[in-house]
Amino acid sequence: MRTNEDNCTEGMSLIVKTITRLSVGLILLYGIYIVLHGHLSPGGGFAGGVIIALSFVHLVLAFGKRQAFGTLSESGTASLESLGAVLFLAIALAGFSGGYFFANVLPHGEPHALLSAGTIPLSNIAICLKVAGGLFAIFIALVLLNPESEQGS
Amino acid sequence: MIALYTILVVMIIGAVIAIEARDLLSAVIAVGTVGLGLSLAALVAKAPDVAITQLVVEIISVVILIRATIRIGLPRSTHGSTPLLGVVALVFGIAVLVVGARVFSEIPPLGAPHMRVSETYVAEGLEDTGAVNVVSAILLDFRGYDTLGEATVLFAAVMGVLAVARPVGRRKTRTEPNHANK
Amino acid sequence: MIAYMLCLVLFCLGVYGALAKRNVIKIVLGLAIAECAVNLMFVLIAYRVHGSAPILPRVAEGGAPVMVDPLPHALVLTAIVIGLATTALMVALAMRIYQQYGTYDISEIRELKG
Repeated sequence: MRTNEDNCTEGMSLIVKTITRLSVGLILLYGIYIVLHGHLSPGGGFAGGVIIALSFVHLVLAFGKRQAFGTLSESGTASLESLGAVLFLAIALAGFSGGYFFANVLPHGEPHALLSAGTIPLSNIAICLKVAGGLFAIFIALVLLNPESEQGS
Repeated sequence: MIALYTILVVMIIGAVIAIEARDLLSAVIAVGTVGLGLSLAALVAKAPDVAITQLVVEIISVVILIRATIRIGLPRSTHGSTPLLGVVALVFGIAVLVVGARVFSEIPPLGAPHMRVSETYVAEGLEDTGAVNVVSAILLDFRGYDTLGEATVLFAAVMGVLAVARPVGRRKTRTEPNHANK
Repeated sequence: MIAYMLCLVLFCLGVYGALAKRNVIKIVLGLAIAECAVNLMFVLIAYRVHGSAPILPRVAEGGAPVMVDPLPHALVLTAIVIGLATTALMVALAMRIYQQYGTYDISEIRELKG
Protein backbone atom coordinates (compact mmCIF):
# COMPACT_ATOMS: atom_id res chain seq x y z
CA MET A 1 0.00 0.00 0.00
CA ARG A 2 1.38 3.39 -0.98
CA THR A 3 0.81 5.90 1.79
CA ASN A 4 1.95 9.47 1.57
CA GLU A 5 1.98 11.03 4.99
CA ASP A 6 2.01 14.68 4.00
CA ASN A 7 -0.26 14.48 1.00
CA CYS A 8 -4.00 14.55 1.60
CA THR A 9 -4.60 11.93 -1.10
CA GLU A 10 -4.20 9.09 1.35
CA GLY A 11 -4.95 5.52 0.43
CA MET A 12 -4.86 3.89 -2.96
CA SER A 13 -5.46 5.38 -6.39
CA LEU A 14 -8.69 6.86 -7.73
CA ILE A 15 -9.63 3.70 -9.62
CA VAL A 16 -9.46 1.59 -6.47
CA LYS A 17 -11.47 4.15 -4.52
CA THR A 18 -14.22 4.30 -7.14
CA ILE A 19 -14.52 0.54 -7.37
CA THR A 20 -14.50 0.29 -3.57
CA ARG A 21 -17.44 2.69 -3.32
CA LEU A 22 -19.42 0.31 -5.52
CA SER A 23 -18.29 -2.99 -4.05
CA VAL A 24 -18.20 -2.34 -0.32
CA GLY A 25 -21.97 -2.15 0.00
CA LEU A 26 -22.40 -5.38 -1.91
CA ILE A 27 -19.92 -7.16 0.35
CA LEU A 28 -21.71 -5.87 3.44
CA LEU A 29 -25.06 -6.96 2.01
CA TYR A 30 -23.69 -10.43 1.24
CA GLY A 31 -22.45 -10.76 4.80
CA ILE A 32 -25.88 -9.83 6.16
CA TYR A 33 -27.49 -12.37 3.80
CA ILE A 34 -25.13 -15.10 5.03
CA VAL A 35 -25.97 -14.28 8.64
CA LEU A 36 -29.73 -14.13 8.21
CA HIS A 37 -29.88 -17.38 6.24
CA GLY A 38 -27.53 -19.18 8.61
CA HIS A 39 -30.13 -21.73 9.63
CA LEU A 40 -31.21 -22.46 6.05
CA SER A 41 -28.04 -22.52 3.97
CA PRO A 42 -24.28 -22.83 4.55
CA GLY A 43 -22.81 -19.96 6.47
CA GLY A 44 -23.97 -18.61 9.74
CA GLY A 45 -22.75 -16.14 12.29
CA PHE A 46 -19.06 -16.91 12.00
CA ALA A 47 -18.69 -16.63 8.24
CA GLY A 48 -21.08 -13.69 7.98
CA GLY A 49 -19.33 -11.82 10.77
CA VAL A 50 -15.96 -12.26 9.11
CA ILE A 51 -17.40 -11.06 5.77
CA ILE A 52 -18.85 -7.95 7.43
CA ALA A 53 -15.51 -7.26 9.11
CA LEU A 54 -13.81 -7.74 5.72
CA SER A 55 -16.02 -5.09 4.14
CA PHE A 56 -14.78 -2.55 6.68
CA VAL A 57 -11.21 -3.76 6.24
CA HIS A 58 -11.68 -3.21 2.51
CA LEU A 59 -12.76 0.37 3.24
CA VAL A 60 -9.73 1.03 5.42
CA LEU A 61 -7.32 -0.46 2.89
CA ALA A 62 -8.69 1.59 0.02
CA PHE A 63 -9.25 4.96 1.67
CA GLY A 64 -6.45 5.06 4.22
CA LYS A 65 -6.89 4.92 7.92
CA ARG A 66 -7.49 8.59 8.67
CA GLN A 67 -10.48 8.93 6.40
CA ALA A 68 -12.07 5.61 7.27
CA PHE A 69 -11.79 5.90 11.04
CA GLY A 70 -14.05 8.94 11.09
CA THR A 71 -17.15 6.80 11.47
CA LEU A 72 -15.78 3.75 13.28
CA SER A 73 -13.44 3.94 16.23
CA GLU A 74 -11.58 1.24 18.09
CA SER A 75 -13.59 1.58 21.28
CA GLY A 76 -16.81 1.55 19.28
CA THR A 77 -16.02 -1.78 17.65
CA ALA A 78 -14.80 -3.23 20.94
CA SER A 79 -18.08 -2.28 22.61
CA LEU A 80 -19.93 -3.80 19.63
CA GLU A 81 -18.10 -7.05 20.36
CA SER A 82 -19.05 -6.89 24.02
CA LEU A 83 -22.65 -6.22 22.99
CA GLY A 84 -22.59 -9.39 20.90
CA ALA A 85 -21.25 -11.43 23.80
CA VAL A 86 -23.86 -10.07 26.20
CA LEU A 87 -26.62 -10.67 23.66
CA PHE A 88 -25.54 -14.28 23.15
CA LEU A 89 -25.42 -14.84 26.90
CA ALA A 90 -28.85 -13.24 27.27
CA ILE A 91 -30.29 -15.62 24.65
CA ALA A 92 -28.73 -18.53 26.52
CA LEU A 93 -30.12 -17.29 29.84
CA ALA A 94 -33.56 -16.84 28.29
CA GLY A 95 -33.57 -20.61 27.97
CA PHE A 96 -34.20 -20.83 31.69
CA SER A 97 -37.77 -19.76 31.05
CA GLY A 98 -38.12 -22.97 29.08
CA GLY A 99 -36.39 -25.13 31.65
CA TYR A 100 -32.63 -25.15 31.12
CA PHE A 101 -29.64 -23.23 29.81
CA PHE A 102 -29.65 -22.84 26.01
CA ALA A 103 -33.22 -24.11 25.70
CA ASN A 104 -34.86 -23.18 22.41
CA VAL A 105 -37.84 -21.36 23.86
CA LEU A 106 -39.24 -19.58 20.82
CA PRO A 107 -41.67 -21.41 18.50
CA HIS A 108 -39.92 -23.39 15.78
CA GLY A 109 -42.15 -22.38 12.92
CA GLU A 110 -42.28 -23.87 9.46
CA PRO A 111 -39.06 -25.54 8.20
CA HIS A 112 -37.34 -23.83 5.24
CA ALA A 113 -38.93 -20.50 6.16
CA LEU A 114 -36.82 -17.48 7.03
CA LEU A 115 -38.55 -16.99 10.38
CA SER A 116 -38.07 -20.42 11.86
CA ALA A 117 -35.82 -22.38 14.18
CA GLY A 118 -36.59 -20.43 17.33
CA THR A 119 -33.60 -18.71 18.88
CA ILE A 120 -31.04 -19.84 16.29
CA PRO A 121 -31.31 -16.77 13.99
CA LEU A 122 -31.03 -14.47 17.03
CA SER A 123 -27.94 -16.36 18.18
CA ASN A 124 -26.52 -16.05 14.68
CA ILE A 125 -26.96 -12.27 14.81
CA ALA A 126 -25.28 -12.11 18.24
CA ILE A 127 -22.34 -14.24 17.04
CA CYS A 128 -22.08 -12.08 13.92
CA LEU A 129 -21.86 -8.88 16.00
CA LYS A 130 -19.25 -10.49 18.20
CA VAL A 131 -17.02 -11.81 15.42
CA ALA A 132 -17.29 -8.70 13.24
CA GLY A 133 -16.62 -6.33 16.11
CA GLY A 134 -13.76 -8.38 17.49
CA LEU A 135 -11.96 -8.88 14.19
CA PHE A 136 -12.30 -5.27 13.14
CA ALA A 137 -11.05 -4.12 16.55
CA ILE A 138 -8.02 -6.40 16.08
CA PHE A 139 -7.43 -4.96 12.61
CA ILE A 140 -7.66 -1.36 13.84
CA ALA A 141 -5.31 -2.07 16.73
CA LEU A 142 -2.74 -3.63 14.42
CA VAL A 143 -3.02 -0.78 11.92
CA LEU A 144 -2.51 1.86 14.61
CA LEU A 145 0.49 -0.01 16.05
CA ASN A 146 3.39 1.55 14.19
CA PRO A 147 6.61 -0.32 14.91
CA GLU A 148 9.00 1.98 13.06
CA SER A 149 8.53 5.36 14.64
CA GLU A 150 8.45 4.19 18.23
CA GLN A 151 11.37 1.84 18.00
CA GLY A 152 13.50 1.64 21.11
CA SER A 153 17.01 2.95 20.44
CA MET B 1 -10.89 -38.64 -4.49
CA ILE B 2 -8.10 -37.66 -6.89
CA ALA B 3 -9.03 -34.02 -6.26
CA LEU B 4 -8.58 -34.43 -2.52
CA TYR B 5 -5.11 -35.94 -2.85
CA THR B 6 -4.08 -33.25 -5.33
CA ILE B 7 -5.21 -30.55 -2.91
CA LEU B 8 -3.32 -32.23 -0.07
CA VAL B 9 -0.10 -32.36 -2.10
CA VAL B 10 -0.52 -28.71 -3.08
CA MET B 11 -0.99 -27.81 0.58
CA ILE B 12 2.19 -29.66 1.56
CA ILE B 13 4.17 -27.93 -1.20
CA GLY B 14 2.77 -24.58 -0.03
CA ALA B 15 3.77 -25.36 3.55
CA VAL B 16 7.33 -26.23 2.51
CA ILE B 17 7.59 -22.97 0.55
CA ALA B 18 6.16 -21.04 3.48
CA ILE B 19 8.68 -22.46 5.91
CA GLU B 20 11.74 -22.31 3.69
CA ALA B 21 11.21 -19.10 1.70
CA ARG B 22 13.75 -16.36 2.42
CA ASP B 23 11.32 -13.55 1.71
CA LEU B 24 8.75 -13.11 4.43
CA LEU B 25 6.08 -11.81 2.05
CA SER B 26 6.41 -14.93 -0.12
CA ALA B 27 6.10 -17.07 2.99
CA VAL B 28 2.89 -15.31 4.01
CA ILE B 29 1.40 -15.74 0.54
CA ALA B 30 2.32 -19.44 0.61
CA VAL B 31 0.47 -19.78 3.92
CA GLY B 32 -2.50 -18.27 2.11
CA THR B 33 -2.18 -21.17 -0.34
CA VAL B 34 -2.37 -23.65 2.54
CA GLY B 35 -5.53 -22.05 3.92
CA LEU B 36 -7.13 -21.89 0.48
CA GLY B 37 -6.29 -25.57 0.05
CA LEU B 38 -8.10 -26.32 3.29
CA SER B 39 -11.11 -24.41 1.99
CA LEU B 40 -11.11 -26.38 -1.27
CA ALA B 41 -10.63 -29.68 0.58
CA ALA B 42 -13.61 -28.87 2.79
CA LEU B 43 -15.64 -28.16 -0.33
CA VAL B 44 -14.63 -31.51 -1.84
CA ALA B 45 -15.40 -33.29 1.44
CA LYS B 46 -18.95 -31.85 1.49
CA ALA B 47 -18.46 -29.29 4.23
CA PRO B 48 -19.71 -25.99 2.77
CA ASP B 49 -19.90 -24.19 6.13
CA VAL B 50 -16.24 -24.87 6.85
CA ALA B 51 -15.31 -23.92 3.28
CA ILE B 52 -16.96 -20.48 3.43
CA THR B 53 -15.62 -19.70 6.90
CA GLN B 54 -12.09 -20.85 6.12
CA LEU B 55 -12.01 -18.86 2.88
CA VAL B 56 -12.91 -15.53 4.47
CA VAL B 57 -10.84 -16.20 7.59
CA GLU B 58 -7.79 -16.93 5.44
CA ILE B 59 -8.23 -13.64 3.58
CA ILE B 60 -8.31 -11.58 6.78
CA SER B 61 -5.48 -13.65 8.27
CA VAL B 62 -3.25 -12.95 5.26
CA VAL B 63 -4.10 -9.24 5.55
CA ILE B 64 -3.07 -9.24 9.21
CA LEU B 65 0.15 -11.17 8.52
CA ILE B 66 1.06 -8.83 5.65
CA ARG B 67 0.58 -5.91 8.06
CA ALA B 68 3.32 -7.41 10.22
CA THR B 69 5.54 -8.21 7.23
CA ILE B 70 5.60 -5.16 4.98
CA ARG B 71 7.93 -2.58 6.41
CA ILE B 72 10.41 -0.19 4.91
CA GLY B 73 13.46 -0.86 7.04
CA LEU B 74 12.84 -4.52 7.64
CA PRO B 75 15.81 -6.78 6.99
CA ARG B 76 14.17 -9.16 4.59
CA SER B 77 15.87 -12.34 5.56
CA THR B 78 16.48 -13.02 9.18
CA HIS B 79 16.71 -16.49 7.79
CA GLY B 80 18.18 -19.57 9.31
CA SER B 81 17.25 -22.02 11.96
CA THR B 82 18.67 -23.32 15.18
CA PRO B 83 20.20 -26.71 14.29
CA LEU B 84 19.63 -28.43 17.62
CA LEU B 85 15.94 -27.64 17.64
CA GLY B 86 15.79 -28.69 13.99
CA VAL B 87 17.05 -32.14 14.96
CA VAL B 88 14.55 -32.26 17.82
CA ALA B 89 11.77 -31.38 15.40
CA LEU B 90 12.90 -34.06 12.94
CA VAL B 91 12.94 -36.74 15.66
CA PHE B 92 9.55 -35.57 16.83
CA GLY B 93 8.20 -35.70 13.29
CA ILE B 94 9.46 -39.24 12.66
CA ALA B 95 8.04 -40.42 15.99
CA VAL B 96 4.67 -38.82 15.23
CA LEU B 97 4.60 -40.42 11.77
CA VAL B 98 5.36 -43.88 13.16
CA VAL B 99 2.77 -43.59 15.90
CA GLY B 100 0.29 -42.04 13.47
CA ALA B 101 0.63 -44.91 11.00
CA ARG B 102 -0.31 -47.27 13.80
CA VAL B 103 -3.18 -45.14 15.06
CA PHE B 104 -4.65 -44.52 11.64
CA SER B 105 -4.91 -48.25 10.99
CA GLU B 106 -7.28 -48.45 13.96
CA ILE B 107 -9.66 -45.55 13.32
CA PRO B 108 -12.39 -45.89 10.68
CA PRO B 109 -11.10 -45.44 7.12
CA LEU B 110 -11.68 -42.38 4.99
CA GLY B 111 -15.28 -42.24 3.83
CA ALA B 112 -16.94 -44.40 6.48
CA PRO B 113 -17.20 -42.53 9.78
CA HIS B 114 -18.81 -43.79 12.94
CA MET B 115 -21.76 -41.51 13.53
CA ARG B 116 -23.12 -42.64 16.88
CA VAL B 117 -23.84 -39.12 18.14
CA SER B 118 -24.47 -37.44 14.82
CA GLU B 119 -27.16 -39.92 13.77
CA THR B 120 -29.32 -38.57 16.56
CA TYR B 121 -28.60 -35.01 15.52
CA VAL B 122 -29.41 -35.68 11.87
CA ALA B 123 -32.57 -37.67 12.62
CA GLU B 124 -34.06 -35.46 15.32
CA GLY B 125 -32.51 -32.09 14.58
CA LEU B 126 -35.43 -30.80 12.55
CA GLU B 127 -38.05 -31.60 15.19
CA ASP B 128 -35.92 -30.39 18.08
CA THR B 129 -34.67 -27.11 16.66
CA GLY B 130 -36.48 -26.40 13.40
CA ALA B 131 -33.22 -25.51 11.65
CA VAL B 132 -32.60 -27.02 8.22
CA ASN B 133 -28.84 -26.54 8.42
CA VAL B 134 -27.72 -29.32 10.76
CA VAL B 135 -24.36 -27.70 11.46
CA SER B 136 -26.11 -24.54 12.60
CA ALA B 137 -28.44 -26.57 14.78
CA ILE B 138 -25.51 -28.35 16.45
CA LEU B 139 -23.51 -25.17 16.84
CA LEU B 140 -26.19 -23.01 18.40
CA ASP B 141 -28.59 -25.44 20.01
CA PHE B 142 -27.25 -28.91 20.80
CA ARG B 143 -23.75 -27.74 21.64
CA GLY B 144 -24.32 -24.17 22.66
CA TYR B 145 -21.76 -24.48 25.42
CA ASP B 146 -19.03 -24.95 22.81
CA THR B 147 -20.03 -21.71 21.13
CA LEU B 148 -20.17 -19.94 24.47
CA GLY B 149 -16.64 -21.10 25.24
CA GLU B 150 -15.53 -19.99 21.79
CA ALA B 151 -17.06 -16.57 22.43
CA THR B 152 -15.12 -16.36 25.69
CA VAL B 153 -11.83 -17.29 24.03
CA LEU B 154 -12.43 -14.81 21.21
CA PHE B 155 -13.21 -12.09 23.74
CA ALA B 156 -10.02 -12.87 25.67
CA ALA B 157 -7.93 -12.84 22.49
CA VAL B 158 -9.39 -9.51 21.33
CA MET B 159 -8.79 -7.96 24.74
CA GLY B 160 -5.24 -9.34 24.64
CA VAL B 161 -4.58 -7.76 21.23
CA LEU B 162 -6.04 -4.44 22.35
CA ALA B 163 -3.94 -4.50 25.53
CA VAL B 164 -0.73 -5.43 23.71
CA ALA B 165 -1.18 -3.02 20.81
CA ARG B 166 -2.65 -0.10 22.72
CA PRO B 167 -0.89 3.18 21.90
CA VAL B 168 -1.79 4.78 25.24
CA GLY B 169 0.72 4.25 28.03
CA ARG B 170 3.38 3.02 25.68
CA ARG B 171 6.01 5.49 26.81
CA LYS B 172 5.92 4.35 30.40
CA THR B 173 6.54 0.73 29.52
CA ARG B 174 9.10 1.57 26.88
CA THR B 175 11.69 3.63 28.71
CA GLU B 176 12.22 1.47 31.76
CA PRO B 177 13.38 -1.80 30.13
CA ASN B 178 15.71 0.10 27.82
CA HIS B 179 17.59 1.60 30.72
CA ALA B 180 17.53 -1.67 32.57
CA ASN B 181 19.04 -3.45 29.57
CA LYS B 182 21.92 -1.08 29.25
CA MET C 1 -5.22 -43.75 5.36
CA ILE C 2 -2.90 -42.05 2.88
CA ALA C 3 -4.88 -38.83 3.24
CA TYR C 4 -4.53 -39.02 7.02
CA MET C 5 -0.78 -39.55 6.69
CA LEU C 6 -0.49 -36.54 4.38
CA CYS C 7 -2.36 -34.52 7.00
CA LEU C 8 0.16 -35.66 9.59
CA VAL C 9 3.04 -34.67 7.30
CA LEU C 10 1.51 -31.20 7.04
CA PHE C 11 1.23 -31.02 10.83
CA CYS C 12 4.87 -32.07 11.23
CA LEU C 13 5.94 -29.38 8.76
CA GLY C 14 4.13 -26.81 10.86
CA VAL C 15 5.76 -28.07 14.06
CA TYR C 16 9.18 -28.01 12.37
CA GLY C 17 8.63 -24.40 11.33
CA ALA C 18 7.56 -23.43 14.82
CA LEU C 19 10.45 -25.17 16.54
CA ALA C 20 13.43 -24.71 14.29
CA LYS C 21 13.05 -21.28 12.73
CA ARG C 22 14.56 -18.19 14.27
CA ASN C 23 12.25 -15.62 12.73
CA VAL C 24 9.22 -14.81 14.86
CA ILE C 25 6.94 -14.46 11.85
CA LYS C 26 8.06 -17.89 10.62
CA ILE C 27 7.08 -19.34 14.00
CA VAL C 28 3.63 -17.79 13.67
CA LEU C 29 3.31 -19.21 10.16
CA GLY C 30 4.33 -22.65 11.38
CA LEU C 31 1.66 -22.61 14.06
CA ALA C 32 -0.92 -21.48 11.49
CA ILE C 33 0.04 -24.39 9.22
CA ALA C 34 -0.24 -26.88 12.10
CA GLU C 35 -3.69 -25.52 12.93
CA CYS C 36 -4.75 -25.88 9.28
CA ALA C 37 -3.60 -29.50 9.35
CA VAL C 38 -5.65 -30.28 12.45
CA ASN C 39 -8.76 -28.68 10.93
CA LEU C 40 -8.23 -30.65 7.72
CA MET C 41 -7.99 -33.85 9.75
CA PHE C 42 -11.37 -33.15 11.34
CA VAL C 43 -12.97 -32.46 7.96
CA LEU C 44 -11.52 -35.66 6.48
CA ILE C 45 -12.72 -37.76 9.42
CA ALA C 46 -16.23 -36.43 8.85
CA TYR C 47 -16.24 -37.34 5.15
CA ARG C 48 -18.62 -40.05 4.01
CA VAL C 49 -18.73 -41.61 0.58
CA HIS C 50 -21.93 -40.72 -1.30
CA GLY C 51 -23.08 -38.57 1.60
CA SER C 52 -24.71 -35.22 1.01
CA ALA C 53 -23.79 -31.89 2.57
CA PRO C 54 -25.31 -31.50 6.07
CA ILE C 55 -28.37 -29.57 4.95
CA LEU C 56 -31.73 -31.28 5.03
CA PRO C 57 -33.49 -31.55 1.68
CA ARG C 58 -36.82 -29.87 1.08
CA VAL C 59 -38.53 -33.10 0.09
CA ALA C 60 -37.81 -35.73 2.71
CA GLU C 61 -37.44 -39.29 1.52
CA GLY C 62 -38.15 -42.18 3.81
CA GLY C 63 -35.81 -42.53 6.76
CA ALA C 64 -32.89 -40.40 7.81
CA PRO C 65 -30.95 -38.89 4.88
CA VAL C 66 -27.40 -40.09 4.21
CA MET C 67 -25.13 -37.17 4.90
CA VAL C 68 -21.60 -36.50 6.07
CA ASP C 69 -20.93 -36.24 9.79
CA PRO C 70 -21.98 -32.70 10.82
CA LEU C 71 -20.47 -32.75 14.31
CA PRO C 72 -16.77 -32.24 13.38
CA HIS C 73 -17.85 -29.42 11.06
CA ALA C 74 -19.35 -27.58 14.02
CA LEU C 75 -16.20 -28.12 16.07
CA VAL C 76 -13.93 -26.97 13.24
CA LEU C 77 -16.05 -23.87 12.65
CA THR C 78 -15.33 -22.58 16.14
CA ALA C 79 -11.68 -23.66 15.96
CA ILE C 80 -11.09 -21.65 12.77
CA VAL C 81 -12.26 -18.38 14.28
CA ILE C 82 -10.31 -19.00 17.49
CA GLY C 83 -7.23 -19.76 15.37
CA LEU C 84 -7.60 -16.43 13.59
CA ALA C 85 -7.86 -14.57 16.91
CA THR C 86 -4.80 -16.31 18.36
CA THR C 87 -2.84 -15.67 15.15
CA ALA C 88 -3.69 -11.99 15.48
CA LEU C 89 -2.54 -12.05 19.11
CA MET C 90 0.76 -13.62 18.09
CA VAL C 91 1.21 -11.04 15.33
CA ALA C 92 0.58 -8.23 17.83
CA LEU C 93 3.17 -9.69 20.19
CA ALA C 94 5.66 -10.07 17.32
CA MET C 95 5.16 -6.45 16.32
CA ARG C 96 5.75 -5.31 19.89
CA ILE C 97 8.93 -7.42 19.93
CA TYR C 98 10.06 -5.64 16.77
CA GLN C 99 9.22 -2.32 18.35
CA GLN C 100 11.24 -3.12 21.45
CA TYR C 101 14.29 -4.77 19.91
CA GLY C 102 14.29 -3.75 16.27
CA THR C 103 14.53 -7.30 14.99
CA TYR C 104 12.47 -10.42 14.41
CA ASP C 105 15.35 -12.79 15.18
CA ILE C 106 14.78 -14.57 18.47
CA SER C 107 18.45 -15.48 19.00
CA GLU C 108 19.42 -11.81 18.86
CA ILE C 109 16.63 -11.03 21.30
CA ARG C 110 18.03 -13.64 23.63
CA GLU C 111 21.45 -12.00 23.46
CA LEU C 112 20.03 -8.56 24.07
CA LYS C 113 18.29 -9.69 27.20
CA GLY C 114 21.40 -10.84 29.02
